[in-house]
This record gives sequence, structure tokens and C-alpha cells, in this order.
Amino acid sequence: MSADDDARDALPQARLALIPPFIVLAIALAGSMLIGSTSTWVTLTVAGLAMGLLIFIMASGLTLVFGLMDVMNFAHGLFIALGAYIAATVIRMLAPAAAENDLLSNLSAVAPALAAAFVAAGLLGWLFERVVIRPVYGQHLKQILITTGGMIVAEQLILVLWGPDLLPLPRPETLRGSFVFGDIALEKFRLVAVVVGLAVFGAMLYVLNRSKLGLLIRAGVENREMVEAMGYRIRRLFVGVFAAGSALAGLGGALWGMYQESVTVGIGAHMMVLIFIVIIIGGLGSVGGCFVGALLVGLVANYVGYLAPKIALGSNILLMVLVLLWRPQGLYPVSKS
Amino acid sequence: MRPPARAAQPSEPRVAEALLELAGVNTHIGHYHILQGVDFAVPRGGITMLLGRNGAGKTTTLRTILGLWRASAGSIRFDGSDVTQLPTPAIANLGIAYVPESMGIFAGLTVRENLVLAARNGPLADARLEWIFRFFPALKKFWFLPAGLLSGGQKQMLAISRAIVEPRTLLLIDEPTKGLAPSIINNLIEAFGELKKTDTTILMVEQNFHAARTLGDTVVVMDSGRIVHAGTMAQLAADEPLQMRLLGLSLEVHQ
Repeated sequence: MSADDDARDALPQARLALIPPFIVLAIALAGSMLIGSTSTWVTLTVAGLAMGLLIFIMASGLTLVFGLMDVMNFAHGLFIALGAYIAATVIRMLAPAAAENDLLSNLSAVAPALAAAFVAAGLLGWLFERVVIRPVYGQHLKQILITTGGMIVAEQLILVLWGPDLLPLPRPETLRGSFVFGDIALEKFRLVAVVVGLAVFGAMLYVLNRSKLGLLIRAGVENREMVEAMGYRIRRLFVGVFAAGSALAGLGGALWGMYQESVTVGIGAHMMVLIFIVIIIGGLGSVGGCFVGALLVGLVANYVGYLAPKIALGSNILLMVLVLLWRPQGLYPVSKS
Repeated sequence: MRPPARAAQPSEPRVAEALLELAGVNTHIGHYHILQGVDFAVPRGGITMLLGRNGAGKTTTLRTILGLWRASAGSIRFDGSDVTQLPTPAIANLGIAYVPESMGIFAGLTVRENLVLAARNGPLADARLEWIFRFFPALKKFWFLPAGLLSGGQKQMLAISRAIVEPRTLLLIDEPTKGLAPSIINNLIEAFGELKKTDTTILMVEQNFHAARTLGDTVVVMDSGRIVHAGTMAQLAADEPLQMRLLGLSLEVHQ
């Protein structure tokens, strides 16, 4: 094969990579035709994008953890739950600022709550990697058992600390309600979720594509042995990615709690089903795939929830089955060597 | 903690000059006992060829030197230090680069990004890159192309370029000509010929005997996890009965 042949070969692959984003657009278009009402469609689409981007924030760390070290962490939901509980606690402590009808006052309550959720989940992730994950590297069955067990123990500890009752996590005053354009109502908090989700995705793309650390992570996902043979300590890199992924899960959990305006101990475990669907659809280890998969899941869940509520629960599993029938390794398979 | 170094053999002058020295190295992979007491030394400078039939343990030897497989017994000394129990990144950071048989290219990264990662001591040096592009101009042409889209020969060029993007003391190269077209093999032989003029020492596994004979200064032959011959390439190339006995074929016939 000549060099010019190679350049030509790049084209079909590049075209193939463009198909998944077009599927998102196709589903949005199909939704608009089936739903009929433009205002309802816009509301459902924004809700779907917000839900998808929140799932992306929670799932992105897990897909990198699996891609980088083949670690199956069934306790990822723990960091989501911790983030939500920490945010609820901080918001309760700063309740006067959160209740004022002033954006800056509200931000002075929300920002510390989100930051605390991010930091606490990151620290717990760092500890969890050292104590629970490290002894079971390369042993999938033990990883499943110990992370599932760890999740159960951690959930019980949360119950001990915060009690069994549902914990309110009210949205700050200025983030309640909707922006109304004609007969289209866009919920403020959903727009915030979209902005935060896009910001996290943009930051991840920047780090992964523009920094040496990002190159190392991408290279490690493909071939960690070669990264070590080049002189880099992949274990250290992995600890950092695990902690960062846990921190993002905590941030996502805090936002998801605010989205629902309440927190229960099962919030993480409940999200894990959707998170697994997203990272499988996207291709294990692929951040771009995780992003597209999350948008697909968010849109499908909202459209089907409106059009055919009885099959809403199964719609995302059906979506996963269809994607895997088309691409068994997900939308953006990571080449492993 | 490092284990006590096994006593060197000061009476042999070659050992004193050796850059890399393996003494009684054993390696187990699962239940299999692959290396069964490997002893040899790689002199500083030039190219040492590691030859042997398939399954003799050549790749395992390279991987054990780099710590990718852990030696279960014996010692490996590199540049005067015992590296037997060091983790792979620490061994690589002593100045060793590795080109595996599979090439180990990061397919999703561009050619440039592959080289940026390989330059672990800082940014890419322009003069060094130009020197590499003289051997492998295709890399310059496909600088921003994902490496997975390169042809087999170009991937091998990239794998070798990664190993030499910064000066290294020792290159471990596993079958660089495997599966490549003759014109690309000649291109690689030229490039290795240029590399020989630098201070870099190369330990190369090779099944292409034309390449082995052209490039090799010294040769080590393995069989069943042990070293069965060590000497100069000129000596082996001139002794057809020895070739037949060690390798089961003649270098002259397998050009």
C-alpha cells in the first residue's frame, strides 16, 4: 500500500466517525415529527440534552477508568451519591443565600456546594482506588465483587451519616422557573445543566487533545504496556484519572440531585444503569463516544417518556441493543493493542 | 528493594565492556518456564543480533530486560546498575527504548502525538526531527494523520522513530522487518546503518538473515530458552556448518 493510498483510506473512516452525531440529529428530527407540537418538542429536547449532559458528566470518568486499566468499577454510583449528599448539606448550611432572589447570592451557595461535592468525591475516589481497587488489578471477577460490596457498605455508611429519609436539595431561587419565549418554556436549571455539561466536555476535550497528560491518557487507553515501556508510570496516571472521574461523578450527582430537588441513598445506583448503557453505546474508553451516547440516551428517554410512557424504561436498553447490533464495540471503538 | 547483584565475571574482558549483561536469567510465564538461565552480554556500541528459531525465547528476553516480564531468577545489569527488580518505567528512564514486534503504535494518536509522547525529556527537537525525516520522509508527509491509518511499513518507521526521537543508550528492537516489503526493508537497513554511526547500542531480534548479516556486529543465538552461541557476526556468517547446527539453515541461502 502506498502512502497516497493511506491518505485516501482516511476518508471512509472519517465519514464513519461523523455518523453518530448525525444519529443524534436524526433522533431529534424524528422526535419533532412524532411529537408534532414545536413547543413540546423544544421543551423535551432541552430536557433530553440536559439529562444527557448530566449523565455524561457522571459517566465520562468511568469510561476512562475502564479504558485505561480495564477496571470494572461497579461502585461508581457511590461518588454520585456522595456528591449529591454533600451538596445537599452545603446548600442547607447556606440556605439563606440560596433562598434569596439574587443571582450572586445564589451562586455564593451553589458554587461552594458543587465545589465541595467535586472535592469530596475526588478524595473518596483517591482513597477508594488505593484501598479497594489496587489489590484487584487485572482480576475482573474480584473487581465486580469488591466494588459491588464496597458500594453496599458505602450506602450503609451514608445512611448512618445522613439518615434514611429523603434529603431535600432545593434549587436556588433564581434557577427556579422557566424562560418563556412565546409558547416555548425552557426550564432555567436545565439550561444551566446544558451549559455546565458542555463546559465539562470542552475542558475534557482540551485536556485530552492539547496536553501531554491528555496524550498519555489516550495512549494508555490504547496500550498501557507501551506507555510504561516509554518511561511513564501509568499507575500514577490511573490514580489521577480515577480521582478526577470520581470528582466529576460527584459534581454530576450534585447537579442531578438539584435537578430532582431531592437526594436518596439510591441516587447513584439508580443512575448506574443509564451510565453503563451510555459507556457501552459510546465504546468503552471513548470520551467522545460517551458524549454522543449520553445525548442519545437523554433524548430517547424524554421523547419515549412523552410518546409512549409504558415502554420508556426499556427504550434505552432497546437503543443499546440496536447500536450494538450495528457496531458491537460501540459508536467509537477504542483500538486496543 | 533491589536484590544483591550477582557477582560479575571480572576475569572476562568482554564483560567489563558490556553495556548490558544477563546472568542466569530465568523467566516464567504462567506455568511455562521460558527463559532457562540466559547468560550473555551486549557490548557498548554497535548492533548485537539475537537470533534463534521461533519459540526460542528471543522476545521474552527483550521483554524481561525491560521488566515487562519479571525475571524469576538471575540478574540483569545495565550500564553498571542492577535493574532486575526495577519497574519498567524506571528501566526505560535509564536510557532504554523498546520497539516491540507489534510496533506498539498508538493508532488513535497522530504521528506527531506519537513522537511527542516518546520525547519524555521535553519538546521535540527540530534538528533531531529533520535527522529522522531524512530516513523516513513519509512521517513528515503524514505528520497530522492518525497513526492507525499508516501502512505497515510506515508504522514500523514511526515505531523506530519514537525510539530514537531522543538520544537513548540502548534500543531493544524486535523483528523490525517482519512482514515488510523488500524496498522498505532496505530503507530500514539504511536507517539502522546510520544509527550505528551514533553512540546508540542496539540489541535486535531479527529473522531476516540478510538484514541480520548486514547490520550485526555481534550475534547471540538462542534455543529452548538458553544461549547456545555468542560471537561475532562475521564468524557466524563465514561458518555454514555452524549456521546449520544453530539455526537449521544457511544464511547464504536465506538472503
